[in-house]
Amino acid sequence: MSAVTQSVPSTAVPTILPRGLIKSKTGHQRRRVVNIIMLTLTGLLTLVAMLPLIWVTVYTAITGARYINLNLFTQLPVAIGEGGGGVTNAVQGTIIVILLGMLISIPLGILAAFYVAEKPNTRLGFVVRFSTDVLAGVPSIIIGLFGYAILVKPLGTYSAFAGGVAISIIMLPTIIRTTEEMLKLVPKSLREGSLALGAPDWHTSLIILLPAALEGVITGIMLAIARGVGETAPLLFTILGNDQYSVPQIVQSGVQNNFSPVQILQGILVTPTDALTLTMYKYSQEPFPEHVQQAWAVALVVMFFVLGINIITRTLTARRAAAR
Amino acid sequence: MARVLARKPSPFQQAIQHGDVIWRIVIGAMAIVVLLIMLAIGWSVWSDSSQSRELFGWNFVLPTSDTTWNPVKDKYQAWPIISGTIVTSVLAILLGAPLSIFIAIFLSELCPHWLRTPANFMIEMLAAIPSVVLGLWGIFVFLPIVVRPIGEFLGNTLGFIPLFAGPIPASGSSRLAAVLILTIMIIPTITAVTRDVLRAIPVAQREAALALGSTRWETIWQVLLPASLSGVLGAIILGLGRALGETMAVTMVIGNNPVESSGSLLKPGATLASTIANQFAEAVSPVHSSALIELGLILFVITILLNMVARLLVYQVSRTMPMEARA
Amino acid sequence: MIVQEPIVERKPNVGAVPTIAVSTLASTDIKMKAEKLSVYYGSFRAIADVTLPIYDRQITAIIGPSGCGKSTLLRAFNRMHDLIPTARVEGKLTLDGEPVYGPGIDVVDIRRRIGMVFQRPNPFPKSIYDNLAYGPRLYGVRKKSVLDDIVEKSLRGAALWDEVHDKLHQSALALSGGQQQRLCIARMIAVEPEVVLMDEPCSALDPVATIKIEDLMRELRKNYTIVIVTHNMQQAARVSDYTAMMMMRPDRAGEMIEFNHTRSIFTNPRDKRTEDYVTGRFG
Repeated sequence: MSAVTQSVPSTAVPTILPRGLIKSKTGHQRRRVVNIIMLTLTGLLTLVAMLPLIWVTVYTAITGARYINLNLFTQLPVAIGEGGGGVTNAVQGTIIVILLGMLISIPLGILAAFYVAEKPNTRLGFVVRFSTDVLAGVPSIIIGLFGYAILVKPLGTYSAFAGGVAISIIMLPTIIRTTEEMLKLVPKSLREGSLALGAPDWHTSLIILLPAALEGVITGIMLAIARGVGETAPLLFTILGNDQYSVPQIVQSGVQNNFSPVQILQGILVTPTDALTLTMYKYSQEPFPEHVQQAWAVALVVMFFVLGINIITRTLTARRAAAR
Repeated sequence: MARVLARKPSPFQQAIQHGDVIWRIVIGAMAIVVLLIMLAIGWSVWSDSSQSRELFGWNFVLPTSDTTWNPVKDKYQAWPIISGTIVTSVLAILLGAPLSIFIAIFLSELCPHWLRTPANFMIEMLAAIPSVVLGLWGIFVFLPIVVRPIGEFLGNTLGFIPLFAGPIPASGSSRLAAVLILTIMIIPTITAVTRDVLRAIPVAQREAALALGSTRWETIWQVLLPASLSGVLGAIILGLGRALGETMAVTMVIGNNPVESSGSLLKPGATLASTIANQFAEAVSPVHSSALIELGLILFVITILLNMVARLLVYQVSRTMPMEARA
Repeated sequence: MIVQEPIVERKPNVGAVPTIAVSTLASTDIKMKAEKLSVYYGSFRAIADVTLPIYDRQITAIIGPSGCGKSTLLRAFNRMHDLIPTARVEGKLTLDGEPVYGPGIDVVDIRRRIGMVFQRPNPFPKSIYDNLAYGPRLYGVRKKSVLDDIVEKSLRGAALWDEVHDKLHQSALALSGGQQQRLCIARMIAVEPEVVLMDEPCSALDPVATIKIEDLMRELRKNYTIVIVTHNMQQAARVSDYTAMMMMRPDRAGEMIEFNHTRSIFTNPRDKRTEDYVTGRFG
């Protein structure tokens, strides 16, 4: 084999090539064994990870099913030892709080998403996207502290309203992100066509683009609702809990006492209320078996509601992706 | 929408007539509101903790063996709470990150087609379980059946190490319980991001490695994982952020002892989030409330920093990868 | 090494697979042989009953219109179809007389001995050095001096040493397209293959880089057996010793319709379809 000197032009190739430096077949057996072991390990560990999910879901379903009944949703809590009773205060409270949350976060989120989708490169657009990311990562208990600071302390009372605001902040990042992504997926031709016909921006956005993105936006809203329903920490210091919360009763007593509609509304919203997740937490800390049983029943309802929404939204998303 | 005009209106008039200006103001305002919310939260935890910050200064957070958390005397020191937060979260990462990476490898590279949707779905469902439900299961199932036996075993065999100084309480409420439950909760986060990062690597990389005689595992371990390192790191940091801020499940199983200073995993402890959750509603003195909010401030700052670092890392992956068809 | 012209016998009906009687050749001259090789994806047959010899240290080109299964055939040679769960290979394929497919065959060894260069350069996002050292390290080479030696020889073998010897620790992604492709060739050389498969290696490169690769191929031929798939007929005519012409059948399976010395294929093809293709009447 001849040695190569520097004067050989780069396209001419010397006859020195790697030969015999690799001892063929050594270690192949070991490599194959390692391969099989590691690949199997990944599958096993995936199974291991499924265990908690299966365990929690099945246990909750079984235990909760034992104690679930209609009274749970229609009756207020009763004193310990009396037997029976329900958590309608929590059911109604959750509904009110979520509705408030939706009322605030849906318009706010969708409109803000429009801004971010249309002008992502402005300073404000970038900052808003950044804020959304930050908000998504803030621990929910801090959002609860915030709700306390701006609504409970000044108003002097815990309230469903404060809880609704806190939950709306929880729901906001999901709605903004999903809406922004859905808007970006709408084909540009749709927007350009509308503008070319002379439609003003707001018309294009609300009447052309939003309906086109609607399915995805609704999916985002559903996911945000699921998240809101499952949260506890933001409610700890905003709604406090209320054994006697019952909207029909508030309305009834308000009508009887000739309260104005505004006052009745105030009675519903600006008063401490309860929530399903909060009830689970409180009851879990108590030594009373009846309460623990009710907590499991509530867990069943909440968990399957949340999982159900997740399943539905994923199926919808998958079908949409397949249809594209 | 053709319009015949006798005279072309000025741009200003056109904008007003079409409502464009209003629209742009509205969406701009909403965008600003989002920004304001974030700023307001930050400002709120900052200002409402002022009393505590002024009273205790930096000593509030510095490591010390002289631990106090005394609502009666209004003396507070957060070190055991901070260290409890960090220790439980870091341990959860140490347990959960390797597990998650292996799962992500399975989901991205090895999962047969028919199993793909169900498997990914189940991991995502794990993330959807409400924290309080997990906490409920934690108290009544996980603690007695899993945590206490493990704790007793560790206490008996490794009890001479301070980390495992037993015995574990009869209820099982302990830092160990928090670590284990946090591990379960961060797996979906780390797995999902790592899986996406791996799937983004072009098929050509795998082909190149295999054509050289690599086994599947060697391809994954020596080509794919190193190529996605910053993304995996970002995933881990996102998981860490989630662990640090996790409230309900932790509160329900950790035993809530903010002055436990032995450092042992088998003893009850406290985290920033669990202490706030536990004490805020009953806090009577303003100093107490302020101290709790200062805990919130610390938590807020840590999670924001971690989230920013994490996102930077995840974006980095797409920039170093050769741009080709994705897997 | 004397290579005698293979005697090609063709069955009368069009579309039948020509059988090649290689009676006058010593069997050591055949490096690989495919016999009635078929590749299925599920129930879909991608290539059908391909029979052809690959002669040692010659360049064999596989040509044909798009979709006729050239790449599928090439990838069957180094068992790349193993990655696809629904893929199935039937028939016989041998390397130095030993079967390539079969239970208990060491796939890792097959893939080392039969290297592949892809259509688009696919260097790892590592340094140039680490790209080249990747293979040897897999096979247990640890000593730095040996690795350095392999790296240099491989780069020289791919005509890349002069251009990169002073920046071995820079990222391979910083190289130009042509350089990256030569890097991929060097990376393959580093594991000491015997056969080199090239799947349209120049289609993503500019003409200057293409010429460099073709020159390189002529040099590599002295030491390696080369099989190249190309849709560029002029390239096949310039570079290869033997050419196999493939076409898609009505049932969408690809088959080989002619195999011969390159100059015969291009100057005196026996099948009318081959003649149409090489004269540019279609494809």
